[in-house]
Amino acid sequence: MSEEAQSPMTLLYTEVEEELRAAVRSLLTDRSSPSAVLAHVESAATTGAVPYDMELWKALGRDIGAAGLLIPEDLGGAGASAREAAVVLEELGRAVAPVPYLSSAVLATRALLGARDEAARELLGRLASGEVTAALAVSFAASPYTPPHPAVTLGADGTLTGRVTGVIGAEVADVLIVPVSAEGGDPALYAVDASAARIKTVASLDLTRPIATVSFSEARARPVGSVAGVADALLLAAGLLASEQLGVAEWCLSTTVAYVKERKQFARPVGSFQAIKHRLADLWLEVVGARAAARNAAALLGAGEDAGVAVAVGVAQAHCGTVAVHAAEECIQLHGGIGMTWEHPAHLYLKRAKADEIALGTPGDHRDALATLADLPGPVS
Amino acid sequence: MAWDEAAVDERAQAFLAEHDPEEMGRLDFLRARFDAGLAWVHFPEGLGGLGAARGLQAVVERRFRGTPDNNPGLIAIGLGMAAPTILAFGTDEQRRRFLRPLWTGEEVWCQLFSEPGAGSDLATLATRAVGEGDEWVVDGQKVWTSGAHHARWAILVARTDPDVPKHRGLSYFVCDMEAPGVEVRPLRQITGEAEFNEVFLTGVRLPDSLRLGEVGDGWRVAQTTLMNERVAIGGTPTRRTMIGLLGETWRERPELRTHALHQRLLSLWVDAEVMRLTATRLREQLAAGHPGPEGSGMKLAFARLNQELTGLEVELLREDGLAYDDWTFRRSDGVDFLGRGSGYRYLRAKGNSIEGGTSEILRNIIAERVLGLPSEPRVDKDVAWKDLPR
Repeated sequence: MSEEAQSPMTLLYTEVEEELRAAVRSLLTDRSSPSAVLAHVESAATTGAVPYDMELWKALGRDIGAAGLLIPEDLGGAGASAREAAVVLEELGRAVAPVPYLSSAVLATRALLGARDEAARELLGRLASGEVTAALAVSFAASPYTPPHPAVTLGADGTLTGRVTGVIGAEVADVLIVPVSAEGGDPALYAVDASAARIKTVASLDLTRPIATVSFSEARARPVGSVAGVADALLLAAGLLASEQLGVAEWCLSTTVAYVKERKQFARPVGSFQAIKHRLADLWLEVVGARAAARNAAALLGAGEDAGVAVAVGVAQAHCGTVAVHAAEECIQLHGGIGMTWEHPAHLYLKRAKADEIALGTPGDHRDALATLADLPGPVS
Repeated sequence: MAWDEAAVDERAQAFLAEHDPEEMGRLDFLRARFDAGLAWVHFPEGLGGLGAARGLQAVVERRFRGTPDNNPGLIAIGLGMAAPTILAFGTDEQRRRFLRPLWTGEEVWCQLFSEPGAGSDLATLATRAVGEGDEWVVDGQKVWTSGAHHARWAILVARTDPDVPKHRGLSYFVCDMEAPGVEVRPLRQITGEAEFNEVFLTGVRLPDSLRLGEVGDGWRVAQTTLMNERVAIGGTPTRRTMIGLLGETWRERPELRTHALHQRLLSLWVDAEVMRLTATRLREQLAAGHPGPEGSGMKLAFARLNQELTGLEVELLREDGLAYDDWTFRRSDGVDFLGRGSGYRYLRAKGNSIEGGTSEILRNIIAERVLGLPSEPRVDKDVAWKDLPR
């Protein structure tokens, strides 16, 4: 997958990317329709189970190979780039699919890629095959511009103690990847078996990707190398989240357009009223911009060059985060009463979009970062 | 013959080897270039072209760089709107008569479409053309006509049959701007200057040989013209930008910065970047042979962004924003947008959401043609034009 027919900087989709999209979309259409996701979330809530669909994750991660897209071929991965991961995330966003792709195959994977120890390489091999699922023990609300100081400390006996809030994907992880601060020493990255941690899911705004509090009390852990990859993981995940937000926005737009063509009031489709058409035309334009911005971030992240990456991620996040929320809010409003019901899946998208807006830096955080990156400094005093 | 890049390039080189613009003079050089089929290569042979692919024009332009040009800014309406319409609907005689002097710039063209009572709803226009023998007598008023005071000819849509529904009673003409009864008056805008004109047509007699297309088919002919207008508006990338200018002012005048303006500036900077990326992606799609519907959104996005940026600039400048560079009433043949003061930019940008299709009409177009939403019920569809409320 590392070979591409077109220049890596194109903002269009390559043939390889379109093939990957078709495979993911076909899987999700069969196995994860919005109503199936809603049913899954509901049954998980009644039985006290996690809302993730681990059968679907197995099919996506192992059979399609999405788990190992970002892992180099010599470690057993596909050696693909952020561009391909972005296409997977577009489709997952479109389906609000409850799978730990972003938490395991992007955040934890990228953190481990920067860790470099043999233990990290070994773990990456198992992540690539889909045999193991991991989660990065860092708050989903962390911003790539001010990565949080590690809240977990290393004891003299080599065990870990501490508490991390707002973690995604921990409930279904086999391994937790934990940034650890050591007294007098440099912070380092550790791997902890999930069974050695206490993981408590919090009632979450986003029903399809809840957050959890992860606690360690003298938990046995093994060092896997440097924490340098954690900041990179946050930047990569922020840039790729824009593609998930694009997928969320696209579903909301197309579902709303289809609905207003069908729904009749005053003896005509409500979609024939200009008050509605103009709102949807504006939303369409926002989504068109979101696609260009998300593609640009994925292309620059995938090219592996530093120049322009931070600006591209900042622009994509500042725009796409807002667009996804706007699209989901319009979806609820233009569906009228039905949009307000639990039965209609629109709320799953609103909850995902609003949570994504906060995740990995708010639009305001990204604009603040752009003030420096674009040399547009604030007031002097 | 089938023209490829090498053959076109060879022809351009051969032409330049035999024609020295210094020696011939500008106009004869341009006429010879037209006659050699190197004016617009996608036009047919004998009409300034070679019948080659449109993309091969770039090969010619590369070779002719530095030679005298036909002042494309001044004759933009002729090149972009009149020429494609004449090519599509003109008789052989009309094509031969008009295209050469149009391309060389000897004859400037303007457009007589909009009227005071027909803007977004162009098809409701009221300028009448009444047949008298083999002549048409035209009466009416047109507006927003740029370049009318330079123009030798105009493309004109007029009503030839008021008794049928509005789209069916129109015909398309070439109007002789030197004919008796044509009066051109500058139209002063909110900026103080006059980029446009009003054109009054009183008993203007046009021979039937100046009609383009069939009688009653004017709407279809006009669609060709308008389609080319939108292409022209969408396709011009510029180096210096409004956001770039505003950024320069922001950096150079730290004493003007406030937190509130900073937040707006950063939001708009992101919007400008998203628009730039959208345009880049659109160009890639066009180059790959898959033109997307995104084009219809670009003008809408541009208008909003430019209006917000220019509004922010005036506010940022505070006392300097209270001043205005020049209210003199004069004709201007082009818009020196970035060269004028902030007040001018703010006022001129108000036209961005009106000219070439209002933002409201563009939203309708996106909603109906891109999203496939149903149109509003039409009360004027099957009603004779003369019976419509106006």
